[in-house]
Amino acid sequence: MIDNQEAVKVIDANRGDGVIIATMNANNVRFGLPTVTTHEQLDMPVSGAMGKASNVGLGLALAQPDRKVIVLDGDGSLLMNLGAMVTLANKTPTNLCHMLFDNGVYAVTGGQPVPGSGKADWEGLAKAAGYAATFSFDDLEDLTTGIAEVMAAVGPVFVHLRVKPEIENTPVQFRQRARRTMQTAIDELPALLAND
Amino acid sequence: MTTHEVVLHPSSVVEELKKNDISHVVWLPDSETNFMYQLLTNEPSLDLVPVCREGETMAIAAGLWVGGKRPIVLIQNTGIFESGDSIRGLGLDVNQPLVMLVGYRGWSRHGITNDSAARFIEHILHAWGINYYLIETDEDADRISVAIQEADRTQRPVAVLVGTEFGA
Repeated sequence: MIDNQEAVKVIDANRGDGVIIATMNANNVRFGLPTVTTHEQLDMPVSGAMGKASNVGLGLALAQPDRKVIVLDGDGSLLMNLGAMVTLANKTPTNLCHMLFDNGVYAVTGGQPVPGSGKADWEGLAKAAGYAATFSFDDLEDLTTGIAEVMAAVGPVFVHLRVKPEIENTPVQFRQRARRTMQTAIDELPALLAND
Repeated sequence: MTTHEVVLHPSSVVEELKKNDISHVVWLPDSETNFMYQLLTNEPSLDLVPVCREGETMAIAAGLWVGGKRPIVLIQNTGIFESGDSIRGLGLDVNQPLVMLVGYRGWSRHGITNDSAARFIEHILHAWGINYYLIETDEDADRISVAIQEADRTQRPVAVLVGTEFGA
């Protein structure tokens, strides 16, 4: 299994000028994108979206077809909205890379296993949904070696990352928050993307 | 005595969308909007984004909006109920100027409907503080422009309830 923060670090280092839409543990303030980002102005946190991060990514990818859009999703999140994989693949956004952080649990509610944990074949689901390219990594070295191929692949791309669970169970109102919020990104990104 | 044709043609709706530079229609088909499909797919200025479930529409629209496009959502009132958290989190909370064209299943101006989809929808919109307009005929279609302009001005979601099935 891959360390959550190390996975985010590898992705961020290979993002180019891509927008990263991150949710749940991939966006955690202690071990997610906010701790390693090199292009914060191009980060779009999507919190509390109940599995809609990839939908936001699809919209952005369709609006900005010349820019790479990378979605960092969670397994519990995507399970809430599994049809989104078919919705996404149907529009064939060639610039979209959908990366699933599969830790097998609901990490922010104390670590209860998600349905299908260890049984569901995520890469198989993505292939069946119609993604143009799929990858699966459960080792940091393999991810580090393979990330260039992932980023070069014509999308929609799906990447299954088996990551170590980082369990926490802090009530929502007491959780430490990242400085950059979804609202900040929504306020700043349109002008940035329009001017690039 | 002349008879007045009481019907809403899809072309009237599409004209309103074109007039307001709408770029994408994010939708899930329903019986009220069925006749729209052919026209929407044949209209080159509009990109149709079909979804599997209505709650996806607000999130896709949010991404399109951040990316500089002007999407509109087209779903049924039952889909509004299904989409509650998306409307909250990705519409109201982030000030998205989201216009939702909503098929008003069960709507009747002739009395109380038994369809709970109709009985609850306006109450739900009131609860969320989402303003809405009703359209039933071609004469009402310009309320779509009113809704789009209101959403742009207020940076809030606005609904347009489509109270009749589209004419062929």
